[in-house]
Amino acid sequence: MAYVAVKGGERAIDSAHTWLAESRRGDPAVPALDLAQIEQQLGRAVDRVMGEGSLYDRELAALAVKQAQGDLIEAAFLLRAYRTTLARLAHSRPVDTASMHVRRRISAIFKDLPGGQVLGPTYDYTHRLLDFALESGDAAASAPSVATDDAAMPRVHDILGREGLIEWDVAGDAEPGDLTRQPLAFPASRDVRLQALARGDEGFLLGLGYSTQRGYGNTHPFAGEIRMGEVSVEIEPPELGFAIDIGDIVLTECQMVNQFKGSKITLPQFTRGYGLVFGHAERKAMAMALVDRAMRAAELGEEITAPGQNVEFVLYHSDNVEATGFVEHLKLPHYVDFQSELEAVRRMRAEAGRQSDVLERSSREPVE
Amino acid sequence: MRGYNFAYLDEQTKRMIRRALLKAVAIPGYQIPFGSREMPLPYGWGTGGIQVTASVLGPDDVLKVIDQGADDTTNAVSIRRFFARTAGVRTTTRTTEATLIQTRHRIPETPLREDQIIVYQVPQPEPLYRLEASRAETRRMHALAEYGVMHVKLYEDIARFGQVAISYDYPVMVNRRYLMAPSPIPAFDNPKLHRMPALQLFGAGREKRIYAVPPYTDVRSLDFEDHPFRAGRAPHACGLCGAADSYLDEVVIDDRGQRLFVCSDTDYCAERRAAGHLGTEGVAEAAE
Amino acid sequence: MTDETLLSARRLSLSFGTIPALVSVDVDLWPGEMLAVVGESGSGKTTLLNVLSGRLSPDSGTVWYRDPAGRLHDVHAMEAPLLRKLHRSDWGFVQQDPRENLRMGVTAGGNVGERLMAQGARHYGSIREAALDWLSQVEIDADRIDDLPRTFSGGMLQRLQIARTLVTHPRLVFMDEPTGGLDVSVQARLLDLIRTLVSRLRIAALLVTHDIAVARLLAHRIMVMQRGVVVEAGLTDQVLDDPQHAYTQLLVSSVLQA
Repeated sequence: MAYVAVKGGERAIDSAHTWLAESRRGDPAVPALDLAQIEQQLGRAVDRVMGEGSLYDRELAALAVKQAQGDLIEAAFLLRAYRTTLARLAHSRPVDTASMHVRRRISAIFKDLPGGQVLGPTYDYTHRLLDFALESGDAAASAPSVATDDAAMPRVHDILGREGLIEWDVAGDAEPGDLTRQPLAFPASRDVRLQALARGDEGFLLGLGYSTQRGYGNTHPFAGEIRMGEVSVEIEPPELGFAIDIGDIVLTECQMVNQFKGSKITLPQFTRGYGLVFGHAERKAMAMALVDRAMRAAELGEEITAPGQNVEFVLYHSDNVEATGFVEHLKLPHYVDFQSELEAVRRMRAEAGRQSDVLERSSREPVE
Repeated sequence: MRGYNFAYLDEQTKRMIRRALLKAVAIPGYQIPFGSREMPLPYGWGTGGIQVTASVLGPDDVLKVIDQGADDTTNAVSIRRFFARTAGVRTTTRTTEATLIQTRHRIPETPLREDQIIVYQVPQPEPLYRLEASRAETRRMHALAEYGVMHVKLYEDIARFGQVAISYDYPVMVNRRYLMAPSPIPAFDNPKLHRMPALQLFGAGREKRIYAVPPYTDVRSLDFEDHPFRAGRAPHACGLCGAADSYLDEVVIDDRGQRLFVCSDTDYCAERRAAGHLGTEGVAEAAE
Repeated sequence: MTDETLLSARRLSLSFGTIPALVSVDVDLWPGEMLAVVGESGSGKTTLLNVLSGRLSPDSGTVWYRDPAGRLHDVHAMEAPLLRKLHRSDWGFVQQDPRENLRMGVTAGGNVGERLMAQGARHYGSIREAALDWLSQVEIDADRIDDLPRTFSGGMLQRLQIARTLVTHPRLVFMDEPTGGLDVSVQARLLDLIRTLVSRLRIAALLVTHDIAVARLLAHRIMVMQRGVVVEAGLTDQVLDDPQHAYTQLLVSSVLQA
């Protein structure tokens, strides 16, 4: 039978797109999702997509989740690609988490503290039993409300800092790096490392953070404070000369209090790990804080032995959009290169067959 | 395409990329870091090549996009469509007609001209990456031209296999100074890099590096004097057009192991068939 | 500094925090001679080696190296590329743990040939011949040339490291406890090898050791260090047979009599 080269790549792609649209919609008899449902009732998915997509916009994130059929890395990719097309209008001032309108705030290092332990809407103490009542309906629950006084909720590291017990970060004058504009370069300063972690894959950072707890670069962490709530975003337009509030965003912040450092000569102080993410995302904020601290090993004079402490390793592999692109690119045709390998192996086997020597050597016992 | 700039990228970004390209051309073979943007195609699928093409493309250009040497592989189709939509430029499958060729893993068989530009998609710009994982260290090695470790790898191959075992992305020395990864083109294509009349640009989007080989630059594949570089290919002729000097794809015909070898460069093969050359399975095609 | 020394240093001082590692140390090394630096751990001898070889910067003091053309170079003022080049050609460094200086995933032949290839050697056959030659000089069986160092014993690894280091005929070799951690009989064989090679190739060597016997066997001259200070220096036999300083006397007398 004569060989006919396969063509029709364009038609194949079009058909694939159509089939995809069909499968994304699913059974037409089932009501289509609307964005408000996703934004409201799948809030954690939306938060994660905003964080890893590096774009705070709940509606766009909800759209991305819908378009990606719930594949959150695919959704983050959609947001990132969209973000590239947006013009950059201004830089905000650093947000002030001390003035956060707190919904949740806990500290593991003090039994009680000013502002108290505010549990907020957490899964922490739920029993993980599937709630079959959710199958048939979802009655709106109504939580009791109590007035809180934001002003009386100092940050834990301010409390420790007053006694000089914890290292103090000082704001510098230098411009922070921006990974969305400049390529990663080493040595990577802390601002760049934190930015990479903030948009890094939650699963990857979770694994690395976990590994540090198990001994791969342990930093003796305590959860100094975790707070979640709204902060206002301010910009200072040059024409006005003063700052204006352009809106609120929900953030989760985690301050880890880590292994103290010091000696007989330099007074010991606790060291810090920091995590900050969009939305309500404690797991990510905590993992981020663990890995942040682990990556400071060199600057704190600690021996680097573990992957979580290896800055190049962490930063190059934490971006899941890059990671999935490269892992999945293996699906692209590689037959030209494979052909070269085939020919090379065939050639080597043919030559080996021609020689009488055995090329392989087994390992030997040491002889002395 | 409404709402987007010509070729998708905004002018500032294109300028940034062109600045990187100028630096790359000024230092042949040296990897220039650049602020790679997230594109609508995934990292690893040609975003670097696309950004380079988008930055040098003009409305009068004629664009050819190939993957594995063929114009109609799915990713080549996808990328060609991307530029047709966002730039509205004329596209072609004919190498001789193109002014700009974006390619993945092959160099066209037809020799390129001075008025052409070829853009390579690069997955891994660092030729030393398998020997040294740290980019901070490889940067130092390039700066100090410390390439001994690469020759050690070649030595090891010869000691173990009797020949160098690298069959694609074969490392080259550019302008006698920088070690370069030519992208995963088969070793067979390496000689085409040497003193090519066209401008060669390389884009790695995920790794965020750009490099270049200006026209008529010295590009030599690493080897030993007594084990010179060999450009291997399957020892067959194309079943469709009879070419004995082009890189061939191996196509499995049936489940009894029957095989057919055909030119990987689909345009080259079509041109030969149009000119009357036929292989054992070839069918005469009307000239296009 | 006379105009004959290969390496000289004046008033080297270095402290780690409040601990003095080097206190105003002077060194002179002539071509073709072996100088031993002995002392217990904490004496500063390894620090001295690292400062002399440019791997560590002193707080004060200077180190000069005379290149084959007779020009003097301030080792710590040299540009990094030049110093790295020096370490790959004119100089050698034999580590106490050979694994730190060998590529464990590369064959013995590849390890020995690397410095040649780094210098531009491009003939596989010649590189392999040189590797075979050197393996025989360090008494490693020729048919181990394609074996990985993983399969070698401690003594063999050390000899492989020496071959890898000497293949480019360096004029100056720094050695940090080259026989440390080896069995006594293995040590003896290695010392013999080092002595033969060094004298045949007229290599100048700076040898750091805590073992007086090693110094006596190998070195022309000796420096005794205690807590960063050179307490005594001179011809090896003279210093060891007639130690003047109390510490040297202590070291000599504490060597177990065979």
